Amino acid sequence: MQLDFEHRITAHCENGVASNLLKNRGLQISEPMVFGIGSGLFYVYLPFLKVNHAPGLSYRPAPGWIFNRLAKRLGLKIKRQKFSDKRKAQQVLDQNLKDNIPCGLQVGVYHLPYFPEDYRFHFNAHNLVVYGKENGQYLISDPTMEVVHRLTESELEKVRFAKGVLAPKGHIYYPIHIPEHIDWEGAIVKAIRKTCSDMLAPVPIIGVRGMRMVSRAIRRWPKKVGVKKANYYLAQMVRMQEEIGTGGGGFRYIYSAFLQEAGHKINNAALIALSKEMTTIGDLWRDFAVDASRVYKKRSNQDDVYNKLADALLRLADLEEQFFKKLKKSV
Amino acid sequence: MKKSEVPQDNGRVFEKGSRELYYAVDENGEYTTALSTGWDAKNVVQDHTMQELQERIDRARADVRDNKVSPIVYFMELRRMDWQLVSDYTGIWKWRVKRHSKPAVFRRLNERVLAKYADTFEITVDQLKNYRGD
Repeated sequence: MQLDFEHRITAHCENGVASNLLKNRGLQISEPMVFGIGSGLFYVYLPFLKVNHAPGLSYRPAPGWIFNRLAKRLGLKIKRQKFSDKRKAQQVLDQNLKDNIPCGLQVGVYHLPYFPEDYRFHFNAHNLVVYGKENGQYLISDPTMEVVHRLTESELEKVRFAKGVLAPKGHIYYPIHIPEHIDWEGAIVKAIRKTCSDMLAPVPIIGVRGMRMVSRAIRRWPKKVGVKKANYYLAQMVRMQEEIGTGGGGFRYIYSAFLQEAGHKINNAALIALSKEMTTIGDLWRDFAVDASRVYKKRSNQDDVYNKLADALLRLADLEEQFFKKLKKSV
Repeated sequence: MKKSEVPQDNGRVFEKGSRELYYAVDENGEYTTALSTGWDAKNVVQDHTMQELQERIDRARADVRDNKVSPIVYFMELRRMDWQLVSDYTGIWKWRVKRHSKPAVFRRLNERVLAKYADTFEITVDQLKNYRGD
């Protein structure tokens, strides 16, 4: 059984699942619109939380928030379920497929057989769509992949019940109601204000302040934890930043695309101009990643490299502070 | 980033038969999408991370061989886990998992407990018990 569902590759998994599921239900919404209206751009530094033996850093809000905020602002209703019983989780999924409902699932990536070995970490906030079942195998539309895949019942069960931080617990979700009329302007304005207040939040670990805190930490790393560990921390930071479209440059470009599309949609020329500015900031995030990757090529002058990277991050924080202040005034 | 600048530096995703999607601007300044086979900056940090992980695995292997730790530590590293994760998967308290990483304690574990670890590491109880670090 294969449901009528069109697989489209996107830059980020949660946006992609939301956009693909909504398009399937007849609401034409692009990935950047999902990301923007869901206020997906974020920055938080969690030094006390070790992820893969390095300080935690996130460039997005908690899993599920993007889709939830999008739903709230557009007046959609999403059904979400979690399970303690693995059999029940499969029954519900099978029943939904019979009822012609493609389902979004939160999964862990470690046990995903179609993921490259280098990407298989115990990271549990990945999202994909199941859109059918044939010969005991589930048909999988993973929005970070170019083509569709298949998983056996036991493979799917394993990823749905991965353990650890943010364990998915069989989490399944799908839209059940899309309103006739949508107030795009109201949604866009609210979403932009939220992103601005997140990024300018008066909290030391969040938004531009979080970036400044990370910048201070980077400067200290080589002395505090030694060059070897510092290099490892930095590698994890860049991986979080640029992996499969998430984080630094990748997210800035999606947000720029959102500002451009939103600007046209609600006739706000300021947003289109700001889109260009955000693109430039995105380019600088990518320069940061390139500079960081140089650490692994030449071994000399380590302290200086870390100071330079810290300065670059400070500059990004300053640019983004100005940017979000301007953005706040434009809506 | 311009569409023409989207990197095509064959990376790990591409080796596994896929590409990544980027948002980039076309000649008229309009946003569009493009597929990328990978990016050197990412390949470099990815390779470095894999190297570090391999070092952790090699160290654990040597420690098992020298009878400093039990095979649990080796398989934990091999599966990219930490104490908490092993505890979550096995349902055994973290302090007990840590205790089981002592070779003397490990040798006295019964089959039922060993089976929980073997399950978690996706190996057989025999493979777990008989791992000597060579």
